[in-house]
Amino acid sequence: MLIIGVGHPMRGDDAAGPIAAERLADRGLDAIVLDGEGARLIHAWEGRDQIVVIDAADGGGPPGTVHVIDAAKEALSSGRFHYSSHAFGLAEAVETSRALGDLPPNFTIYAITGADFTLGKSLSPDVAAAVERVVERIAESAEKAEMP
Amino acid sequence: MTSTDQTLPEGIQAQNRTIVVDELARVEGEGALDVKVEGGVITNIKFRIVEPPRFFEALLRGRMYSDAPDVTARICGICPIAYMLGAINAMEDAFDIVPPAPIKRLRRLIYCGEWIESHVLHSAMLHAPDFLGLADAFLIAKVNPDLVKTALRLKKLGNTILEVVGGRAVHPVNLKVGGFYRTPRKADIKGLESELEWAIGASVELLDAFAGFDYPDFEQDYLCVSMRHPDEYAIQEGNLVSSRGLDIRVADFPKHFYEEHVEHSNALHGRTREGEPYLVGPIARYNNNFEQLSPYAQEMAAKVGLPRIVKNPYQSILVRMVETLYVCEEALAIVREYEEPTAPSVEVDIHAGAGAGAGGDGSAARHLLAPLQPQRHRPHPQRHHRAADGPEPAADRGRPARCRAGQPRPR
Repeated sequence: MLIIGVGHPMRGDDAAGPIAAERLADRGLDAIVLDGEGARLIHAWEGRDQIVVIDAADGGGPPGTVHVIDAAKEALSSGRFHYSSHAFGLAEAVETSRALGDLPPNFTIYAITGADFTLGKSLSPDVAAAVERVVERIAESAEKAEMP
Repeated sequence: MTSTDQTLPEGIQAQNRTIVVDELARVEGEGALDVKVEGGVITNIKFRIVEPPRFFEALLRGRMYSDAPDVTARICGICPIAYMLGAINAMEDAFDIVPPAPIKRLRRLIYCGEWIESHVLHSAMLHAPDFLGLADAFLIAKVNPDLVKTALRLKKLGNTILEVVGGRAVHPVNLKVGGFYRTPRKADIKGLESELEWAIGASVELLDAFAGFDYPDFEQDYLCVSMRHPDEYAIQEGNLVSSRGLDIRVADFPKHFYEEHVEHSNALHGRTREGEPYLVGPIARYNNNFEQLSPYAQEMAAKVGLPRIVKNPYQSILVRMVETLYVCEEALAIVREYEEPTAPSVEVDIHAGAGAGAGGDGSAARHLLAPLQPQRHRPHPQRHHRAADGPEPAADRGRPARCRAGQPRPR
């Protein structure tokens, strides 16, 4: 399982993905941080069986709401995830991989609704709490997966 | 700006309309466009960059000269090398450093890597879908999966070059004033060879595929401004030249060009001192320096019907692929000849001085970085070991210059 935290660590709630990934890496899990540029995402999950992505999202309930998306089954729409500044971001990368037949068969996205994406701000309280919940949940499922 | 109604879609002819596009799609960063049409004629176009200024000039002031490349790298995550080498060139100009050939060749190699990844991302993922009438960038993978696979593999090669020479693909850490922190190992550089051999053919494949697109019949007689180097296709250093014979040192940029703030945008508008707009980027470079491309790149350009002087802006996608082909050849040549330099960098003799440097960006809309110009600084002989006595960059950059049509953003 590879965990990818997507976002910018210094742009408010956009740091949700990177912070969660760092926490999970501290627990010994295979977790990396990427900026959300689509081609780099595709290269990261190329040939993997199981991918978990954590990213901040625009909308989808009050700040801190966590949507768990089974990307292997559900198509993603652009614009849902915050700031795909390269216009070829997470949604495009997933759909490109799917079209090429290369999408990892197990692909879960934790989309955390953000409130404030201002440069230089830290996580808003609701989002920080959501990050904790997501970290626990992913760590738990990783533990279960490892059990014989 | 005005235009005759022939250039307007039928529905807008002979009408009064204001078209406001609040978010331009498939460009990096946030841009908007207002178009005013009166009696079928475009009477005003406002291209707005809405992102706030980032004040890189202020960030650099008072810092160590050696911080400049790593700070300016943060202007963009796709094209950091252009900013890093622009800053390095300026500092080396101020310190009268001329790096030895092996260091220059390594710099050229990492720049080739940046052009490959930046050009391919822009052409295949952002620009090509427009020609195919696709609403979403990923749809091109359904229409032409082989093209997308080739583009992704090429882009990955560009990233790998950045990693091997620069330490990592995003905001590389191995470049410094005077050279590199660590010399890349010969085996690692040689490891790029076979993929670069593949990449030359792959670039031609993409070029051929893009050549099959329908190109709108539109030409404009641009004033083209780019760098030029006496010995090679200008990538990492050179003078500034124009298609009308201007040939100046980078430091003289402010004498011939100015940039001003306009109310509707956070990006400065650049013009010649005569008030004329000018074109920078791949088309300008190609038009000004075509003869310095490799014979093969020139031949392939002719084969896909690119004229010697490109005036159709839609053809920028083809020019980008010709440049990609060229930098793949160039990178392969550098890789093949590579021997580890005896030292990764030259000694920096810190003293007060002024310098200017430019970098040619791969695909960014700004393309040609305004010179970074350290200001003359009062020397303090007793403290001259401290870099604070070195150049103080009054950096003329890092404002919301659009990076591939967007305020570059460090992600």
